[in-house]
Amino acid sequence: MKLWIAKCFLLMAVLAGGGQAAAQANLEINTPGIAAIQGSMQKRHTELAPLYGSGAVGLTRDGNVALRDPASVPLAQRAAVNTLIAAENQDRAALYREIARANNHPEWEAEIRSTFGQRWIDRAQSGWYTQNAASTWVKK
Amino acid sequence: MNELKSCRYTKRMALGAWVGGALFAAGCVTINIYFPAAAAEKAADRIIDEVWQLKGGAPAIPVAPATNSKPATQ
Repeated sequence: MKLWIAKCFLLMAVLAGGGQAAAQANLEINTPGIAAIQGSMQKRHTELAPLYGSGAVGLTRDGNVALRDPASVPLAQRAAVNTLIAAENQDRAALYREIARANNHPEWEAEIRSTFGQRWIDRAQSGWYTQNAASTWVKK
Repeated sequence: MNELKSCRYTKRMALGAWVGGALFAAGCVTINIYFPAAAAEKAADRIIDEVWQLKGGAPAIPVAPATNSKPATQ
């Protein structure tokens, strides 16, 4: 009886080890859906980059972009810039959702978003505006 | 009488081991659902590299066109 229980525990320990190893693996990001969103964001970046540089648009903590300084955008272009920001945030939301779904964990979406939020900010160029922990704009 | 008692204890111990084992197994499943933060960061970096075109070292950020910056000539 005791031997049997010991065997049972050994089996569980082996299973647990395998589970932990699986959790360390990479996230799946090579799906057609993710690639399409990525391509659309890459194309849009050529339009967004000058806006990041001028400080008109900044990177928020929650993994989005936002109009930081409306005054720095000429009135005639403001609607176009707002459309650009809305499209970018829509793509970003879809990206976070798609990554969570591609890994069979839709409930990870919020954590993926916050991970991206931190990485976009960490990797932003100097001169761009990002939000700090208190959600105030800071120039990098 | 004593023999019966000891048999009961063994049964109880076996039940305890079973419950403990079941809890342990449940714990292992929980480990599997933990969010893999390091893997997510790596995935984010790979996508940011692509979107911002940061792969070739120097970032390929186009300079804002200097339109309307000429002084009026009249």
